[in-house]
Amino acid sequence: MIKSRDELRAYREKCERALNAQNIRVLVCAGTGCVAGGSLDIYKRLIELCEEKGLNAQIELEKEVSHEGIGIKKSGCHGFCELGPLVKIEPMGWLYLQVKIDDCEEIVEKTLKNGEKVERLFYHDDTGVYEKQFDIPFYKNQTRIVLDECGQIDADSVDEYIAFGGYRAVEKALFEMDSVGICNQIEESGLRGRGGGGYPAGKKWIQVLHQPETLRYVVCNGDEGDPGAFMDRSIMEGNPHRMLEGMIIAGIATKAHEGYIYVRAEYPLAVRRLNRAIEAARKLGLLGDNILGTDFSFDIHINQGAGAFVCGEGSALTASIEGERGMPRVKPPRTVEAGLFGKPTVLNNVETYANVPLIIINGVDWYRSIGTETSPGTKAFAITGNVKNTGLIEVPMGTTLREVVFEIGGGIKNDKKFKAVQIGGPSGGCLTLGEGQIDLPLDFDSLKKVGAMIGSGGLVVMDEHTCMVEVARFFMNFTQNESCGKCVPCREGTRRMLEILERIVGGTGTLEDIDLLEELANTVSKTALCGLGKTAANPVLSTLKYFRNEYVAHVVDKKCPAGECKALKVYRIDPDKCKGCSKCARQCPVSAISGEIKSPFSIDTAKCIKCGACKSACPFGAVEEV
Amino acid sequence: MEQKFDFGVIDKILETYGSEQKNLITILQSVQSEHHYLPRKVLEYIAEKMNISLAKIYSVATFYENFSLDPKGRYIIKICDGTACHVRKSIPILERVRDTLGVSAEKPTTDDMMFTVETVSCLGACGLAPVMTLNDKVYPAMTPDKAQELIDAVREGESES
Amino acid sequence: MGYMYIDGMKIEFKDEKNILEVIRKAGIEMPTFCYYSELSTYGACRMCVVENERGGIEAACSTLPRDGMKIKTNTPALQKHRKMILELLLATHCRDCTTCSKNGSCRLQELALRFGVKRVRFENNREEKEKDTSSKSIVRDPNKCILCGDCVRVCQEKQGLGIIDFAHRGSKLQVMPAFDMKLCDTDCVNCGQCAAVCPTGAITVKDETEKMWQYLDDPTKRVVVQIAPAVRVALGDEFGIEHGENVLGKTVKALKMMGVDSVFDTALSADLTVMEEAAEFMERVENGGTFPMYTSCCPAWIRYAENKHPELINTNISSCRSPMQMFGSVIKKWHEQSGDERELISVAIMPCTAKKYEVARNEFTENGKRVVELSLTTQELATMIREAGIQFGELENEYLDAPFDMGGSGAGVIFGVTGGVAEAVIRQCSDDKSSGAVKDIKFIGVRGRDEIKEATVHAGGRDFKICVVHGLANAEKIIRATQSGELYYDLIEIMACPEGCIGGAGQPFAISPERDKRARGLYHTDERIQIKFSDKNPIMGYIYDDILKDEAHSLLHVHYE
Repeated sequence: MIKSRDELRAYREKCERALNAQNIRVLVCAGTGCVAGGSLDIYKRLIELCEEKGLNAQIELEKEVSHEGIGIKKSGCHGFCELGPLVKIEPMGWLYLQVKIDDCEEIVEKTLKNGEKVERLFYHDDTGVYEKQFDIPFYKNQTRIVLDECGQIDADSVDEYIAFGGYRAVEKALFEMDSVGICNQIEESGLRGRGGGGYPAGKKWIQVLHQPETLRYVVCNGDEGDPGAFMDRSIMEGNPHRMLEGMIIAGIATKAHEGYIYVRAEYPLAVRRLNRAIEAARKLGLLGDNILGTDFSFDIHINQGAGAFVCGEGSALTASIEGERGMPRVKPPRTVEAGLFGKPTVLNNVETYANVPLIIINGVDWYRSIGTETSPGTKAFAITGNVKNTGLIEVPMGTTLREVVFEIGGGIKNDKKFKAVQIGGPSGGCLTLGEGQIDLPLDFDSLKKVGAMIGSGGLVVMDEHTCMVEVARFFMNFTQNESCGKCVPCREGTRRMLEILERIVGGTGTLEDIDLLEELANTVSKTALCGLGKTAANPVLSTLKYFRNEYVAHVVDKKCPAGECKALKVYRIDPDKCKGCSKCARQCPVSAISGEIKSPFSIDTAKCIKCGACKSACPFGAVEEV
Repeated sequence: MEQKFDFGVIDKILETYGSEQKNLITILQSVQSEHHYLPRKVLEYIAEKMNISLAKIYSVATFYENFSLDPKGRYIIKICDGTACHVRKSIPILERVRDTLGVSAEKPTTDDMMFTVETVSCLGACGLAPVMTLNDKVYPAMTPDKAQELIDAVREGESES
Repeated sequence: MGYMYIDGMKIEFKDEKNILEVIRKAGIEMPTFCYYSELSTYGACRMCVVENERGGIEAACSTLPRDGMKIKTNTPALQKHRKMILELLLATHCRDCTTCSKNGSCRLQELALRFGVKRVRFENNREEKEKDTSSKSIVRDPNKCILCGDCVRVCQEKQGLGIIDFAHRGSKLQVMPAFDMKLCDTDCVNCGQCAAVCPTGAITVKDETEKMWQYLDDPTKRVVVQIAPAVRVALGDEFGIEHGENVLGKTVKALKMMGVDSVFDTALSADLTVMEEAAEFMERVENGGTFPMYTSCCPAWIRYAENKHPELINTNISSCRSPMQMFGSVIKKWHEQSGDERELISVAIMPCTAKKYEVARNEFTENGKRVVELSLTTQELATMIREAGIQFGELENEYLDAPFDMGGSGAGVIFGVTGGVAEAVIRQCSDDKSSGAVKDIKFIGVRGRDEIKEATVHAGGRDFKICVVHGLANAEKIIRATQSGELYYDLIEIMACPEGCIGGAGQPFAISPERDKRARGLYHTDERIQIKFSDKNPIMGYIYDDILKDEAHSLLHVHYE
């Protein structure tokens, strides 16, 4: 138990010494992605091999002994999941990719014993081989301040976090600042909520601080439900103490004594790491009564979601923590006035809290030097879809879409043509090549202007073969599944929009359907009860805006321009190429193909289910899709 | 199907978390991890003990996707249909798994109570798309064939033991 | 406090909790499905949307009035949205309006008409769900539910029961009891408040008018009707008569026109209840019986106590039968003594849906025959009057039938309003029977629409503490407080419905201030009746001595099974 500022400083020095005693540190990525790729086996194997070879492997910081050794740790997600499992070697900064269990021997022998590279495990592409992580194009153009320690430190070790300077912000907040001062600093920094709306965090805190009710809560929204987004998961798994520290500071700033973290159920690893982090912080006296010997007390509980996207909405989230159905309620009262258990509540998401310690330590000027005037700082994005490098990235606010997709993302996969980016998940909209949107700076206000939003930061890149009507259908299917059903426009409207979209991609849509779809989208976005309902129609509205011709092609020409919609495909056999071998007819599951042997066969389109079996069966390429 | 339940276990759960409404979801989660679903008898017992109306408990239990009021199979297969997985063809995997096991969206569990097949909207393992999980172990970069092999392997293991 | 501009009109607001109330004050009837001033704000139907100065759209029910605020309530955009919402609701709604029991009084129908929804562009592809007719009092037809949640909130917030709740979510959302159980298998107390607030035909009161017509048509049946006090001040609502006006005379006339043999007034048996209950109370006082004593007139309360507080049954709760059942016993005896060969059909016109359940209880059945055969609601009677083509508003008053043509005392009449039973019992127990004393009792605190009221009465040389409660959620609070020793009362009056029987679910739906007019109507009747004390009702002697004789106690009291 640390009972004073001096004790904390002494403890930190001890941790730093122990860290410095590790002359090589091996960080095996233990994010969800790499674990799925077998990284835990690699971790175990590396320790085994070190023991076999008589190397002093330290899996924890050895604060008391501190003789030199090799640190072998499980780190959080590096973001480059596609090329996992990843193993990082410090202090060299080397990154080994797609490491297999059989590579361990060589890593231990060469790198750990002799400090040599295992070159074949480095990243390489047409432009060359990159040994250092931050020289790789994927990382080079990023600015990692929030995710900086994800992948660089042992995610399970509070000591390591402290050695890297952790809990200095809490120390500063407790001993050098008061509540108003902290709130003001956060407000002046311009930090805006990273969960979607972009509401200034400091403003929120000040409003809570000024409530007459003295029982207040700090709540962290870790219900990152946007499909294709996993920034918050990476922070919770990779650097849980950073987020806890942000929450404790919010507690000091708003004079709250209890915090809740709401984590979605699909993130069991995040829950485990957070639980361990909270335990460790309590043990050190960084959480609990009289933190660091002051009269400030604060503790944090974890609530696990039970599978409801809508719980990402503030009032639904607090309802869920209260043990209720996660249905949003009408506002006022707002969360800052009457949130959790009807008390004033600070509600921010994981990434927002993770920014807080940085602002407290480095100050307003530093923070405002990153990003744009109205959207300072960085933003983490999950970039997925038809792009060469998928993964988790962090860039300054205001970075253009072009930089993200083509420099960090490496451009479109298989060198196809870029078509659009869906940003902000099911609540967001799409950005296209046209109208200069590709050079649009990614920040709250620029996106809002074009009818899109950062949302939680999902970026799905789509190439020319992606059908935008199908994209709208996909998101609508998601939203209507996740609608809580409370208000009429969202419950009935999303269902009806989905029906119409299904008709259109199914080839039975009409021009009237497009008008009705637009009319519905308009009513839903104007009249729905909560933020999620209000944004539910965004994918429809933005695809209608930029890709109306695709909709029209589906209903008028009965064609899918991207060639994606199965129902609109027609298979036919080119009589000139067909040799009459009957292979296709034998493969057809519904006997839609007939013909005489050695003369051209034909497909009965009424029977055809468009499975494509004939096309793959034909040795002469005679079956075509039109 | 009349089943006996050990209410002592439920009492312990209630004791651990406390009988206030705010703990209802956590309590239901514990019950589900105990029984793999929420048996009606247990919900009735909880309603009585927590002094919450049964309709309210039912209401909460049916709101959240992760709660099941029907018994589930011993192996739970989840196929991710999040954006990234969808774009990388997760549906054919789902179709193959369902065909192989003879289950559907309406009837997700096999008759022998061995497998339950579900879809999830995103497991957050987008870099490895398409993914599926078998009892929470993530299997990356799946194909219909790989999914089939996995199921066959489980069945084989079961019939041996 | 301040002024806001509604469609350009400057309107003052005071303590209105949202702009919807202000708009309605300005004389504009905003459409809503899910808003009731007496329940929490739910904000789900989105019909009450208004446009603010920036062209933004907000729901009036959940927007606070601000000084200088400018809103519009009827722009083309708003009209379009409202129409679309109605179209969406209608698309999944059963559209057999003509055969629906709510035809003509359905809010969805009314608003669809008002906003001119002439087409529904979506297919109704929702699967048909089964109707639940298992309850004695109410029918639930999920196909007509628009998910406004009014029933859920009234059941939870007012009655503290939570028998029905939302289940599932999104497009699968439904309102149902746990596990979609039949209502008869739940702890539903049959108060019917869910049906009262339901804007459509999704929850309705069970219609038994056809049975009544059959009895009336059958020459072998002697149909005798009693009318509860609260009915007379509410039935007029259905026929455009001033709220709260006593229409007992017209009601008697209408019933006679339909072919009823004799019409009596339940206020008279309320006098019996007062005498029995006062005697029971004094007996408990003298012999050190169980306190607090709870009233027993309300069948929903009795059912609630059986489910939640069986410890109060046959102990704290008065053993008195309800006035309806007391009169049932009297009518039965009277009929037996009359020598009339026809079969007696004893019918009660009640403000209440739970009475339908009460008449079927085992305790009130003898040799397989119910003491009261049928209990019809005020609304069912209105339906019958309309069906018979009777021009109710133009009817002459007709007198009640002999031998009970005296009707009830003033004390019996006020049974229909919260606090009435307590007030009548206090009058009965009071040492001072002067008219001054009656006036004093009026002001001790049992009157008014407050949900929980307390009063202290001096009688027989000591003070008695009395509590008057309406709404079962409030009742639960008081029960807990008395059981924990936090509060002490000698007598507790409990009525399940808002403001007592005048707010019963069998009545034409009304919230205050209309409901308050019913209370005033009953108090006004009390004032006009010469006899203020139940035991001063001259018919009492006849009933006790000539009809009930030595069976009085067994016929007027009950032991619950």
